[in-house]
Order: sequence, then C-alpha cells, then structure tokens
Amino acid sequence: MSIHAPRLRWARRHTTPVDPDLRLLERLRDGDEEAFVTLVSRHHDPMLRLARTFVHSHAVAEEVVQDTWLGVLRGIERFEGRSSLRTWLLAILVNRARTAGAREARSVANSDSPEFVAAVDAGRFQSSGAWSSPPEHWVDDLEERIGAQALRAQILAALAEMPERQRAVVMLRDVDGLRADEVCQVLDLSAANERVLLHRGRSRLRQALEDEMGAVPA
Amino acid sequence: MRFFRRPPAHIWCQQVVEMVSDYLEGTLPATERRRLDHHFSVCPPCATYLAQMRETLRLTGALVPEDLSPEMEQEFSEIYRRWRTEG
Ligand SMILES: [Zn+2]
Repeated sequence: MSIHAPRLRWARRHTTPVDPDLRLLERLRDGDEEAFVTLVSRHHDPMLRLARTFVHSHAVAEEVVQDTWLGVLRGIERFEGRSSLRTWLLAILVNRARTAGAREARSVANSDSPEFVAAVDAGRFQSSGAWSSPPEHWVDDLEERIGAQALRAQILAALAEMPERQRAVVMLRDVDGLRADEVCQVLDLSAANERVLLHRGRSRLRQALEDEMGAVPA
Repeated sequence: MRFFRRPPAHIWCQQVVEMVSDYLEGTLPATERRRLDHHFSVCPPCATYLAQMRETLRLTGALVPEDLSPEMEQEFSEIYRRWRTEG
C-alpha cells in the first residue's frame, strides 16, 4: 500500500511558485533599473490595452501607463502583497485611466447598454425557442484556412466595437488570463456584473468568428 | 429506498445559448448543469455552439502581447531614474 506517492503529489501541487514579479520588485527596490524595465515589459501590453478602453487616444493611453508606473514606484512601500502585483497595478491603472478618460470627455455613445442583449440574434430561433438557423460546424483547420492573422484581426475588431466595460472584462479574462475575482477587483464590478459582461462579450466574439467563417467558402 | 433520476426538465436552445458562459465558467447550480449536459447530448446544433464557444476562447487566449519598443524601454528607464533621484 502506498500512501506516500499521492501525498507527495498533493504537497507539490500546493507549493506556491514564487511570483517572478515579486523577485523583480525586490531587485528594483534595490536600484536595479533592468529589473524595472523587465517588470514593465511583462505588463505593458495588457496595461496599454486596458487604458485604451477608457481613453481614445493612444498617446494619452501611453501617458496613463507611464503615470501608473511612476505612481507604483512612489507607492511601492504600500504594496502589501495581499493581491497579486498584477491586480494591484491594473487597479491603479484603471483609476488613472478613468480620470484621464473623463478629462478627454469621450462620447457617451459607447456606454454599456443596460438592457438585455441576446447572445444569438432572436431571428435565428423558432418562436418555440428551437434553432431555425443553427450554427454550422466550424472546420478543424480554422487557423490554416482563414489564417492566424485574419482571425486575430477579426477578434481585435470585435473587441474594439464592444462597450468599454465589456471589452475590459473580456480582455482581462480571456486574453490576459485573470480570474473572475481579480477582474472584479480591478474594474470594481460585482460578480454578477462581471458574469453578464463576460457572457455578452464572448457571445459577440463567437458571432464575429461565425461571420468570418461564413465569408469563407466551405 | 431507490431514487430514479427523472430526465432533466426541458430547456430550449434559445435559453441554452444564454447559459453557455456560466456553463463554461462552472458557476451553474448542479441541476442546471445537468439540464445543459443532457441538452448538449441530444441537440447537435447546441453542441456545435458550445464547441464554437470553446474555440472562440482558445483563439482569444492565443492573442500574443506586443513587445515593448526600444523607445518605450528608454522612456521607462528615464521614469525609473527620475524616481531614484526623488528619494
Ligand atoms: Zn439546443
């Protein structure tokens, strides 16, 4: 009877790996400039994309990101490690981006609509609720057929058309891999709202890809 | 005493597509989850829809972050140096 092997696996799985961010944080506190640049580059793209959901101009978004990092450096002693560094960073960024966005006075046309938006157009169902125009099978070699670049462009275009909070939720969850609770913390959302926004956003992305498939001969 | 599990109550495709996200998130109550499992096993279009949603998530997750440009690296180095001289 071997009870040791399972126990060993158990212990291993629950060992928390050292967050590479925390090592970099230590080094930058000690004056290591390279550690800072490495840390920045690990988070720059998600931060810039998130900033862009609140402000129109790329230049302003870049300023928001730089401003966030300066704020992070100045407040580094206040980081207590209760959340991950990434969650902490993104929450600071959202605060600043909201302020900058308000200053930029972006149009309200892109605001989230409170009313129900169907995941699939109601016209594709019979009045009974069964499919009348069901989704077609997607081919397995989707990426080869359509091309990774075209798919990427399609996804980015669909993201760009989403209302800001929806886009922010989908990017943080599905592109950047944050957990639901981290997204709630970063964007100051309730769990229920996060789920609704994610659901609508994912449904739109699926529809965008379906449209793209439809344009390709089978 | 024996329990016989009744077949899950009927659910329409139009309701299913509104529950797919929660289904994938694993946040549905067990009874709802069973209803959907059952529906996917008897409704090929909804099974296709679910597969498409999974594929959508995979493709979205495969977007590669852009690298930091050398100019941006330079700017961040300057931000760091500014901070070092502040203290
Ligand atoms: Zn169905």
